[in-house]
Amino acid sequence: MSMLCETLKEDFLALAPLALVDTDYKAKGYQLDITVAPAQVVEAATIMNRRGYTLEAVTGVDWLASAGPKPAKKAAPAEGEEEPVEAPGAPVAEQMEVVYDYTNTGQELCRVVVRCRIPRANPELPTVSGVFSGANWHERETHDFFGIRFLGHPDLSPLLLPEDADFHPLLKDFRV
Amino acid sequence: MNEPDCNPNQETFVINLGPQHPATHGVLRVKLTMDGEYIVHAEPVLGYIHRMHEKMGENRTWAQFLPNTARLDYLGALSYNHGYVQVVERAAGIEVPERAEYIRVITVELNRIASHLLWYGAFVLDLGGFTPLLYAFDDREHVLDLLESVTGARLTFCYFRFGGVYNDIDEPFITGTRAFIKRLRSRLPDYHNLVTKNIIMIKRLKEVGPISAEMCRRYGATGPVLRGSGVCYDVRKNEPYSVYPELDFDIPVYSECDSMARYMVRMDEIDQCLRIIEQALDKLPDGPVMAEKAPKIIKPPVGDYYGAVEAARGTFGIRVVSDGTNTPYRMKLRSPTFSNLSLFGEASRGMLLADALALMGSLDLVIPEIDR
Repeated sequence: MSMLCETLKEDFLALAPLALVDTDYKAKGYQLDITVAPAQVVEAATIMNRRGYTLEAVTGVDWLASAGPKPAKKAAPAEGEEEPVEAPGAPVAEQMEVVYDYTNTGQELCRVVVRCRIPRANPELPTVSGVFSGANWHERETHDFFGIRFLGHPDLSPLLLPEDADFHPLLKDFRV
Repeated sequence: MNEPDCNPNQETFVINLGPQHPATHGVLRVKLTMDGEYIVHAEPVLGYIHRMHEKMGENRTWAQFLPNTARLDYLGALSYNHGYVQVVERAAGIEVPERAEYIRVITVELNRIASHLLWYGAFVLDLGGFTPLLYAFDDREHVLDLLESVTGARLTFCYFRFGGVYNDIDEPFITGTRAFIKRLRSRLPDYHNLVTKNIIMIKRLKEVGPISAEMCRRYGATGPVLRGSGVCYDVRKNEPYSVYPELDFDIPVYSECDSMARYMVRMDEIDQCLRIIEQALDKLPDGPVMAEKAPKIIKPPVGDYYGAVEAARGTFGIRVVSDGTNTPYRMKLRSPTFSNLSLFGEASRGMLLADALALMGSLDLVIPEIDR
């Protein structure tokens, strides 16, 4: 694990993320896998910006029927009275995931994935376009495809879909 | 920007550049708000050839998606083939024979040369020079013939497989490639004499269209655009994959941040591609070109995987989510020119329209890859 990854881990632990996992780069293609709450995505972007990172892409994943593959779960409370659904950030079905791929263009390699789960019924989270200008188009595209609303985004009009599009093709219940 | 007293009422007008305009290289439309000849605001309008490749990825098997990867950037398709097979091989844990990796590098670099040659011709054509296009296409034709002989296609390659390549290269291909390297090396000085040292070219490009390293970072610009801003970042070096670590090549970097710098990066890259191909041909090991144990039906373990390669235009990233079945659950294609173009609005502000077109040309746009 590189120095940069260690520094970032400290930064993010101060933010108290829902989960933070070192991943095997060879197997996964990234080094750090961080899950944050929707309210934390801007802070996460600010950390990455401060460390000189660049935002490679923003995208969504629609978890309609299943909670999805999520090996990176924080030690779940074992006591029986607490419903697992109540655990903050624990992946459940009927959610959407927003994924931010960060990388740095310096010499040290440490790819970081920041994830965030939002309810499928009300997919909203703050925009990071104020931190990374490039997020503007990525978030517009994600809004096109998933209908995820990025609060505070300057213009969420369709980017790749027709200007009058009222559908979101990457939703799993969208019929081809 | 225009002197304020030239336009006391701050009158502006809107013009459309494209969607069918020779300088937009495909169907890109840019809504320009102009103050005379100066750009006040430029807003690219995308989506004219959006085909929803990402949804297609969720509706076919892993192998069936292979041809789609060639239809993103049709000028440098093999890099996209490479990126896709690499991430699936990572997910499914498939080992690729060394000979196959060498063949991949040779063909990808040939494809990169073809892509840069086409860009060179089209870029100079945008600036009003017709003849260099003919030189570039003449040379590019040789690359396409070589690639056709081994892959069976000239543009929309589907040559790589999970675990190798589908066809071994033969002796005529190797001798043909060596002859091409010799030929292009003898032609590159002509290119520079004809265009690079041309005073009109220099005046159009030098100190025009500045893109700072910081702007690249904020927008996620990569590839020659980033390297023309003085940042030495190339996935082949920074995140080594395939057999690139075994080959000796340099990453051209220019720190002038202008259109000329981006031009020079690509011209120098052609030279480096030739070096890579030459070494790869020298080192080409014997052996199989397909992994023997590569499964016919791919079912990567549950999880998500990321892979990035250096395409001709920058970082092509691909994020796949597998639910353990023979069909991808999610397929995110991160295309380099999408990010590179997103900075155009900011970079072109206050520029002369003619200079902005030179700037746009220096971004090396391929619209199908932006729209996906």
